[in-house]
Formats: sequence, structure tokens, C-alpha cells
Amino acid sequence: MRKRAIIPIVYILFLLLPIYWLVAMSFKTTNEILSGFSLFPQTFTLENYRVIFTDPTWYWGYINSIIYVSLNTVISVCVALPAAYAFSRYRFLGDKQLFFWLLTNRMAPAAVFALPFFQLYSSVGLFDTHIAVALAHCLFNIPLAVWILEGFMGGIPKELDETAYVDGYSFPRFFVTIFLPSIKAGVGVAAFFCFMFSWVELLLAKTLTAVAAKPIAATMTKTASSAGYELGLLAAAGTLTIIPGAIVIYFVRNYIARGFALGRV
Amino acid sequence: MKTENQKAWFFVLPVLLLVAFNALVPIMTVVNYSVQETFGNNVFFWQGLDWFEQILRSDRFQAALGRQFLFTFLILIIEVPLGIIIALSMPRKGIWVPVCLVTMALPMLIPWNVVGAMWNIFTLPKIGLLGYFLNDVLGIAYDMTQNPFAAWVTIITMDVWHWTSLVVLLSYAGLVSIPDAYYQAAKIDGASPWKVFRYIQLPKMKTVLTIAILLRFMDSFNIYTEPFVLTGGGPGNSTTLLSIDLVKIALGQFDLGPAAAMSLIYFAITLLVSWLFYTLMTKDDQQ
Amino acid sequence: MAKITLSNLRHSYLPNPGGAEDYALKKIDLDWEDGGAYALLGPSGCGKSTLLNIISGLLTPSEGRILFDGRDVTDLPPDQRNIAQVFQFPVIYDTMTVRENLAFPLRNRGVAEPRIAERVAEIATMLEVQDMLDVRASHLSPDNKQKISMGRGLVRDDVNVVMFDEPLTVIDPHLKWKLRSKLKELHQRVRATMIYVTHDQTEALTFADQVVVMQDGEIVQIGTPVELFERPQHTFVGHFIGSPGMNVLPVTETGGKVTFEGHAIVLEGKITGANGNTELGIRPEFVALSDEGLPAHVRKVSDVGRHCVVEAMVGDTAVKAVVEGDVPGQGAAVHLNFRADQTRLYRDGWIATEMGT
Repeated sequence: MRKRAIIPIVYILFLLLPIYWLVAMSFKTTNEILSGFSLFPQTFTLENYRVIFTDPTWYWGYINSIIYVSLNTVISVCVALPAAYAFSRYRFLGDKQLFFWLLTNRMAPAAVFALPFFQLYSSVGLFDTHIAVALAHCLFNIPLAVWILEGFMGGIPKELDETAYVDGYSFPRFFVTIFLPSIKAGVGVAAFFCFMFSWVELLLAKTLTAVAAKPIAATMTKTASSAGYELGLLAAAGTLTIIPGAIVIYFVRNYIARGFALGRV
Repeated sequence: MKTENQKAWFFVLPVLLLVAFNALVPIMTVVNYSVQETFGNNVFFWQGLDWFEQILRSDRFQAALGRQFLFTFLILIIEVPLGIIIALSMPRKGIWVPVCLVTMALPMLIPWNVVGAMWNIFTLPKIGLLGYFLNDVLGIAYDMTQNPFAAWVTIITMDVWHWTSLVVLLSYAGLVSIPDAYYQAAKIDGASPWKVFRYIQLPKMKTVLTIAILLRFMDSFNIYTEPFVLTGGGPGNSTTLLSIDLVKIALGQFDLGPAAAMSLIYFAITLLVSWLFYTLMTKDDQQ
Repeated sequence: MAKITLSNLRHSYLPNPGGAEDYALKKIDLDWEDGGAYALLGPSGCGKSTLLNIISGLLTPSEGRILFDGRDVTDLPPDQRNIAQVFQFPVIYDTMTVRENLAFPLRNRGVAEPRIAERVAEIATMLEVQDMLDVRASHLSPDNKQKISMGRGLVRDDVNVVMFDEPLTVIDPHLKWKLRSKLKELHQRVRATMIYVTHDQTEALTFADQVVVMQDGEIVQIGTPVELFERPQHTFVGHFIGSPGMNVLPVTETGGKVTFEGHAIVLEGKITGANGNTELGIRPEFVALSDEGLPAHVRKVSDVGRHCVVEAMVGDTAVKAVVEGDVPGQGAAVHLNFRADQTRLYRDGWIATEMGT
């Protein structure tokens, strides 16, 4: 038993090394970075973080990202809930085909959609808005949310619904007061995944925005290319993008394993 | 048993509208471009299937496709067994379980371009931890901007770092769902650890492994941001995967026709291979 | 086959157990005779599964030894003890056929193929599963799956003991009976020692020659089904076995005389011991309604089919009686008669009268 623990420990170290390096870099001065190798920051500085928190192009990047990610999470989960309920409880004309078609959208390479999305959202006047990115991310997040929720709902016996109807509950009241609480783990996991995939995606977010809704990730790529070698700043910005993910994952830590199995264990 | 109810369509309608708006309109645009030629000013000429033929015959596309398959193949044969091994050696209960799960999930929650940037900083010669260690401590000449092999090793290592946890978490979820009685029965039956794996753990992990392999296939086949940020497709074209090439043609050169045709071919390949994987892996259940 | 001896066995799941309440098993001394059919009966959490896992070697006891035919096996792993265990939920190897499942324990021990084929055929005939030998085990119904997991236990001819851990939990009621008689039949054919763990008294009493009743990590009585019914050694046994269970009534004992709600009661024999909390035990089957005796009034009558259970109040205490034929109505005044040779005194739960002569 002891000996086997080596494997996860080595793996976790491997995972943490690049993250450590990013964090360490963010506390170094540009001079120190360019002058040579040092395992720990020699002259510890918060200058990089100060730049980010005082320059609007930087911190608005974060705010923009958080706005469209939250919008997307809310939209995806809300529309996926009734759909997942329909797929888990009823048979209807074309249900299997529809389910499969939804999943194929999860398989579409984002690069394929970059250009047509640009044209589509420009033509409906949504280019460079938060809602455009939120809607675009629905393409892969809704199918995923439906899939996860359907898995969790499948684990709730149909008798629960029937008992509620016998007790005189209307459908909306049953859904909100009885059904939702019993699949709240599933809702949490679905929201977590929507957040995650919307937060990490860049290609579409960058294509659909210019200034007003530009995500933090795009600001970073611009810095990397235009301002030369501001590695410390880049590292600080990168470090800050890890934090929302870490917070969200902390909330769902008890459901992680089951969540990643999409409720199908 | 599910009940027959056509009104269920109303429940599905919002999803249908949203996804259709995002999927059908763009796909139609792509199909439209793929059969036309334009010289700007919104003047289009019917081109038929010429673009498709041209793309399929082009060395550039074939090379990119070859690299893409090689990349995905390497990813799958490294990440899947590695993920299973790590999941098998993780503790089943105790305080270390959430610690393991949370740290392992962390890489997946980092924006993809940050992943690329992070690995760039990590591997820079002189500055990066890995770059410094390899070049200056071990004396291995390592520079991925010059050496295609180094570039490949780096993007593969980065993807292993980024996504092996998905396989770990899925396998782990499958493993913890196995009741103790199975292990006890196997002990009494005198089964070796290998047989326990082969006849108990592997069959129970089948569903989650199917999901893991499908997701890993789709995502590694569609990968764009991380290698783009890390290597930009270079040195030369050595790490130009399909998506990178596609974006180069579509947004870089603005060759809409060929880019659209390539998109459709690309999407079709993803669908086809996903479907093949899925049917192969679930074949046994239908017998 | 072997005789199994448990000597001074104690077990705690805690690393450093303190008082008695830290122990899941409190000092067990027991012999399981070779070829016997035993049931281990007790409510959930009484330690019966712990005891079973100690015998099979899945758990190592905190204290005490386990002997198979006098040989100490306490530190042997399960696969070297030559035991078989059937679990609550059917444990089968999904990806194998029924034939491969049955052959699995033999293959692992390197038995020659012709011998394996012979044994598998033999067991399949015994279990009546010959026609499904080449079916994938995952396609079987729960009762057939459970049969296969029994078969895996029986296929080895060197098993010392076959243990069943509530094996009928997931089986449909109408198949339970079938599978139970199959088990009984198997026991008569193979004559292996069998230990059947259950919390269901019907299963225990129909399967076993000897029933071991456990409570709170202790063995309270070992006996044949008739002994358990007629002369429970502990009020728990009286209460747990029988439907309805034994009447356990508070009494006062003074100078060898026992009074219940102010009435003198005649016991089966001489009282043993002294002090402690005393109770009277009598089964409802031995309480009769008559013209004279303890005055009582009827509180409730339930018709359970073949007979009625009358619940009558003597003072503030309810006494149950099994009555056949005419029953009095609710609220009626009746007199109760306790059959003397079935009326016993219990002191702190344990029996405190000598058997009458």
C-alpha cells in the first residue's frame, strides 16, 4: 500500500511543477527573470500584480471573462434542465436522433466555427458583446449539461414524480421544490463543467470580441506578442486565471469523481 | 419505463433553438463557402466540389492530417494507460482523496492559452525550470523553437500534464463504485492482482473508460490553443496540427472556400472516428 | 471438510479499543462441527458479518485464534484457508461465461483441465444450470447469478466451509423459497460445513440444524430451532424468535416467590441466582384465556390468519396471547392463564430458573 502511493505523489508533483514555476515567475522582477536562473524569487515583488489591478485593460479582461462565463453557465443549465428531464422521463418522436445530434456539436472543432461565428454574430449586431460569447459557448456547453443532467436524473426513480402528482403538486411546483433539490449535486456538477469549459476556451471568445468584451486570455496573448518580453506580468496574469477555477473546484470537491463520470457510475 | 409523450418537445425546444442557432447557421455558411469561389466584394462563383478535391489532394492537408493522427494516437496510448495506473494506485478513502482529486483537476481549469504560456515559461532555455535543468544541468541540448523533436516531446508532455487527470478521475469514479464483495470474492477464489484487474476492475471501468477515450479523442483531435501558443505550429510546420492549419488558411490567408471545405472534411473525420470508437467499444453490450 | 474452532476471539475496528463497547465482537468461543448446517442469526450490526469475515480471513481478529481441525489458520490469507463465501449481492465475473466463472477458482489453483471440466459439469448438474454454461454471466437473472456464485464456492472439493452472507437479500420472494430448498439439498449432498448468516428467523430456522443467535457482538444462545423456540436462554432470543415474540414482563421477586402486577406466578422450576433486574418470560402460544387466572381486559385483537393475537392489559402491562377459535371483543374482561412449565424467570436478561422435572 505504501509503495503504491509513490505513483500519485510523483504525478501530483509533475502537475504542480509548471504551476509553481508560473507563480514563482509572477513574483520576480523582469531584471531577475532575464539575468539568469533562480529557483525562488530573489527580490520578491508585487509589481506585476499592481500593474494588473491598476490598468483597466487588464482588470476589465477578468471582469469580461467572469461576466460571459457566468451568463453562459446560467443559460446552459437553465435550458438544459427541462430538456434533460424530457430525455430522462419521456419517449418522443426523434428523441434519440436529437440527443445524438446534440452530442455531435460537442465533437465539432472550435476552429471550424471561428469564421462563421464571427460573421453570424456580426450580422445580428452582437459582435463584441458578452452575450455573444455566452451564446457561442452554448454550442458545446448545452449538450454537455444535458448529458450530465440526464445521467443524474436517470438515478432518481420515476416514483418520485408520480408520488408528487398524486399528492397534488403541479408540474412547475414539483420540479422546483422536489425534483431540483434531489438532483442538486447534478446541477452543481453541470454548472461546474459549463463554467470550466467556458472559462478555458479562448479561440471563440477571442474571435467574437474586440474591445468591450475582450476576455483576459486575449489580453494576455496581446501582451505576449506586442509588449515584448514581459514574462513576469504574463505569469501574474496567468496565476490569477487559475484562482477562479480553484475556487469553483473546491465547492464541488465531493462530487468531482462522480461528476467527471457524468453521473454514469 | 419511459412514457410516450410528444409534449416533451416543448421541454427540448429552448435547447434546440439555441444549439440550432449556433450550429446550423454557421454550418450552412461553411457549406455555402465550400462550394464557391470569391474574389472579394461579395462576388461568388459556383465552384462545385473542386475545393474538396483540391484539399484532399493537397500535400499540406495530408501532412497536417498525418500529424494530427500521430498526435492523437500518442496522446491516447500515453494518457489512457497512465491514467488507469494512477487511478489504481490512489487511496480509496481518507483525507488524501479530496486533496488528490482537487490538485489533479486543477490543470483542467486553467485557460488553454495560459496552459500554453505556462509551458512556454517552464521550458524556456536559461529562464524556464525545465529548460534550465535539461540544458544547463543535464547538458541535453533542448530548444523547441529549433528542434522539431523537442517541440513534439513538449506538446505531448504538455497535453499529458493537462488532460491525464480526466482519465484518472473517470477511472477512479469507476473504481470506487466496485463493491468490496468483489475484491473479497476474488481473494477467496485465489485470483492474482492481474486477474482482479482483468476480470473485475477493467469490466467495471468500461463505461467510464469509453467516455474518457471518446472525450480524449475529440478534444485532442480538435486541439488548437495550447500548441498554438506554445509552438505556433513550428519549428517550420512540424507541429502544425489540423486546427492550426485551418485557422491559418481561414483567418490568416482568408481563403474562405478551401478553409470551408477543409472544415467540413475535418468535422466529418471527427464524427466518423468518434462513431467508430463508440460502436467498437459498446459492441459487446448489444450482443 | 473440517471442524472449526474459534477460541477467545475478540475484534475491534478501532486501533486502540478501550472498554467493551469498542469491540464489535466480545469474546467468542465456539466450535463448528464438521459437516454441520449452521445459521448465524441476529439483527443488523450485531457482529455476525464481522465474525464471518474473520472465519474467511478477510479480517484478522484483534485477539484470539481460529483453528481448522486443530490447525491454527489465524494468520493465513483467505485463498489458503480453502473456504468459500457467497455474498449478499451476487458476485460474478461479468465478462466470463458461466462455465468460466465456475472454473475460475480451480484455474487459479492450477487444477488440471480435465478435472476442471469434470467438476464444472458436476456442479452445473447439481445447480441445474447445465443449459446456460456458455451464456455470458452478465446476462443472467439475479437468482441464477446467485446460484453461480454458490457454484464457485462448491466447485472445489477441498473446501473446509461454505459461508453464506445473507445470500437471498436481492432474490424475488417466490424464488427465495426455491433457492433455500436447493441449498438444503446441496448441504445434504456435499456434506460440507455451511454457515448461513441472516437476520431473517425463517431462513435461519428452516436451513440450519444449529442456530447461533448473536446480539451486540456476543453469542446469546446456540441450539436447535426447537430449543431456541421453547427455552430461550436470553430474553433477546425470546423476543427475536417467534411471531409475535415472547412476552417479557416486569416482575418482583421476594423470598423465592415471584409476583406480577400483584399476582403470584408459578414458574417452571427453582429460581437460581439473586438480585438484579428480574423479568418473566412466556411465549404468547402458552398464554390461555380462561375463566379464572389473572384478570385483564382486551386492548387489541389482530387476526393473523390461522389464529388471533389478543393483546390484554394486566394492570399497566400488555400481555400477548395466541388464541385459536372464538376471541373476545375489544374491551372485554378476561382472565389469563400462564402454562407453568413454559413460564420462566430472567435475571438481567439471562434465564434464572431450572428446568422443571
